[in-house]
Amino acid sequence: MLIDQFSASICAAAENKTPLQIFGGGTKNFYGNSLADQDHDSLNVTAYSGLIDYEPAELVVTARAGTRLAGLEAVLNKNGQMLAFEPPHFGRAATLGGCVASGLSGPRRASAGAVRDFVLGIRMLDGRGNDLRFGGQVMKNVAGYDVSRLMVGSMGTLGVLLEVSLKVLPLPPADLTLRMQLGEDKAIEKMNGWAGRPFPISATCYCDGELTVRLSGAESALRAAHAKIGGEEISDGKVFWKTVREQTHGFFQTNRPLWRLSINPTTPPLALPGEQLIEWNGALRWLINDRSVEADAIRATAKNAGGHATLFRRHQSCVSVFHPLDPNMMKLHRLLKQKFDPAGILNSGRLYPDL
Amino acid sequence: MLPSELVSQLRSFLPLDAVLHEIEDLKPYECDGLSAYRQLPMVVVLPQSEDQIIKVLQLCYATKTPVVARGAGTGLSGGALPHEEGILLSLARLNKILEIDPLARTARVQPGVRNLAISEAVAPHGLYYAPDPSSQIACSIGGNVAENSGGVHCLKYGLTVHNILKLRVLTIAGECLEIGGDSLDSPGYDLLALMTGSEGMLGIVTEIIVKLLPSPEKAQLVMAAFDDMHKAGSAVANVIGAGIIPAGMEMMDKITIHAVEAFAHVGYDLDAAAILLCESDGTAEEVADEIERINEIMRKSGATKTTTSHDEAERLRYWAGRKAAFPAAGRVSPDYYCMDGTIPRKHLAEVLRGIDNLSQAYGLRCMNVFHAGDGNLHPLILYDANQPGELEKTEEFGAKILEMCIRAGGTITGEHGVGMEKINQMCSQFRSGELEMFHAIKAAFDPERLLNPGKAVPTLRRCAELGAMHVHQGKDKFPELPRF
Repeated sequence: MLIDQFSASICAAAENKTPLQIFGGGTKNFYGNSLADQDHDSLNVTAYSGLIDYEPAELVVTARAGTRLAGLEAVLNKNGQMLAFEPPHFGRAATLGGCVASGLSGPRRASAGAVRDFVLGIRMLDGRGNDLRFGGQVMKNVAGYDVSRLMVGSMGTLGVLLEVSLKVLPLPPADLTLRMQLGEDKAIEKMNGWAGRPFPISATCYCDGELTVRLSGAESALRAAHAKIGGEEISDGKVFWKTVREQTHGFFQTNRPLWRLSINPTTPPLALPGEQLIEWNGALRWLINDRSVEADAIRATAKNAGGHATLFRRHQSCVSVFHPLDPNMMKLHRLLKQKFDPAGILNSGRLYPDL
Repeated sequence: MLPSELVSQLRSFLPLDAVLHEIEDLKPYECDGLSAYRQLPMVVVLPQSEDQIIKVLQLCYATKTPVVARGAGTGLSGGALPHEEGILLSLARLNKILEIDPLARTARVQPGVRNLAISEAVAPHGLYYAPDPSSQIACSIGGNVAENSGGVHCLKYGLTVHNILKLRVLTIAGECLEIGGDSLDSPGYDLLALMTGSEGMLGIVTEIIVKLLPSPEKAQLVMAAFDDMHKAGSAVANVIGAGIIPAGMEMMDKITIHAVEAFAHVGYDLDAAAILLCESDGTAEEVADEIERINEIMRKSGATKTTTSHDEAERLRYWAGRKAAFPAAGRVSPDYYCMDGTIPRKHLAEVLRGIDNLSQAYGLRCMNVFHAGDGNLHPLILYDANQPGELEKTEEFGAKILEMCIRAGGTITGEHGVGMEKINQMCSQFRSGELEMFHAIKAAFDPERLLNPGKAVPTLRRCAELGAMHVHQGKDKFPELPRF
């Protein structure tokens, strides 16, 4: 059985203290730090794939971690449902496991929630090869610590995901994408103002002097909101939001380092040189660094704005990808890592050098 | 440490009225909302600032004194039950709303702030705090974080874990952790999720930034009566199958309908075998569209009667009946015991049939109220503690319901927490591997096991010794609070 094989690989790696790189489709290999040790073994989990349980009326889907994200979304789509956090795939081979381990969410995140908000339960192997289950297939479950959500975004450093149960939502009956020309400060103010009113806004994006807004819901509600928000309807809305989600939009076509600043949404335009694209009502700022700015300066700016900065795509590896944690938090991270993976073999260094 | 020494040390940095140790002063803290479990603490402290809490924790850490945190004490699982050799740390005096940022849609609050007080304070900005546990007029936001509280609107708006951005947490050693941020995500592990629902076992929360949502423009409710519980269950599936996420969807069975109608006189259909309350909220256009569809689905699902609320007064009246379920149970029975299992909704009919069979086998009536949208069942077992043996029968009945929820792929607790009450059922829900991991997580935060010791996660030994399952009785200490 595959799980036994995975477990045996983990046990062998733990015994030999050989780092183990976990991978699925490999579409997010660019994301995170390089593994601490170049000399490592690999654990490919893509073979463990397929739907386990899906009943649309329960709003829950359970699938194996190696399941292709595109295939999963196609099944949901056929049943009028979706992964509401609109995960980026970054390639056709993207898997559910990679989606959860990287914890990345797309344009709908500000209105619907992130990956972690939709994870209901997981099955995983820890660093000793133990087969563990946390959470479940129900919406409300407060038995035990929330290990399922702890796994989201942990970049494979705490365990190997085997199965994931997710809450799914119905597809909105209709979408409408609007566009207007606006200054950056005005756009930030507008997005935040709208988010505080009951408008059916499902995504926002500001780039190059243009604010693009997606409304999702009943036709009548979209028409009413359009009248209040203004802007011109654009016809290729679906394509546009996909380019933002998948970073195929022109903004992202660059060889320069791409930074991701996750900050307080009301932060006025950031005084950093380089081009920016704004999502999530101002809470997410993508920055293409023109190389003149030091990583520390970008991180200080993000921290002052109540958030953090990630070197999302890089072309030099001397800078740590993720925002450094303060010493108390780092200490706790090390302790948790030690509990889940005592030999320190699972994706070591991918998140932080000593995790 | 001797109680007198502990008291004198505490008094060196806390005001006189913030350290209680006389029995009559300790008495009000001997239990939380689950009054079947009572225990006097050694000392109660009521700090007013984070600095004072740090000193309390440093003292506990140095002297290996257990410490149990308590918010408003409305919890239903004995999570705030004191430790006989420990300090009961009340956070009730940290009750200030520190900052409201209407544009960023957040509020920074202390843990002792009442849940409803947040929504009241931000209402002038057209905002509210979404999770609305039934005890929201009394329960504290710190307690909500500890229990990951939900409410009747959580299918659409989520639980506490979905509605907070940041926590300030003190470790047992008195170190401060800033978990989360003003941003929508944070670097590193999702400790915000790990802390939420951790039942005071990992740290003491001293500050919370909550997310606020725009108040819906409109809310409207459809009340549908069914002559068969099964049809009502199908109607729920049909609503969701049609792509509607109702703001709230509640079900009551016949015995509940009769009990609440006699109590609250809302005009429920007494011939119905089940009543569904289905609420839509949003913009006027969205609500109009959704209500029309809901009505049609209810009729097609075999509703014998549907009624739509015409105004706020009518909507609130229909809710009032549902919210009166617990006090109504208190009217028709000397005692009742509330369960809190969650199941995948598709198993509703069989679980309800199972409960009905058990009810007949034990000769005890059971009212069923149900957060139908998210599968959270609250069977209320009616009994009389003065009848010899009835309490024991009730305990057994309750245990069997929870076992049934686990077998149906559900959980022993949807929103009330494990606390002291359901610690034995944890042995049924989890295997030793998971329980060991829970203990390991606890040890990462609190190696000496001083924070709320003995709660939420059973020792493996306890599980091994526990041959048969055993559930203890629960009594509601706050009969005046709505419970739903």
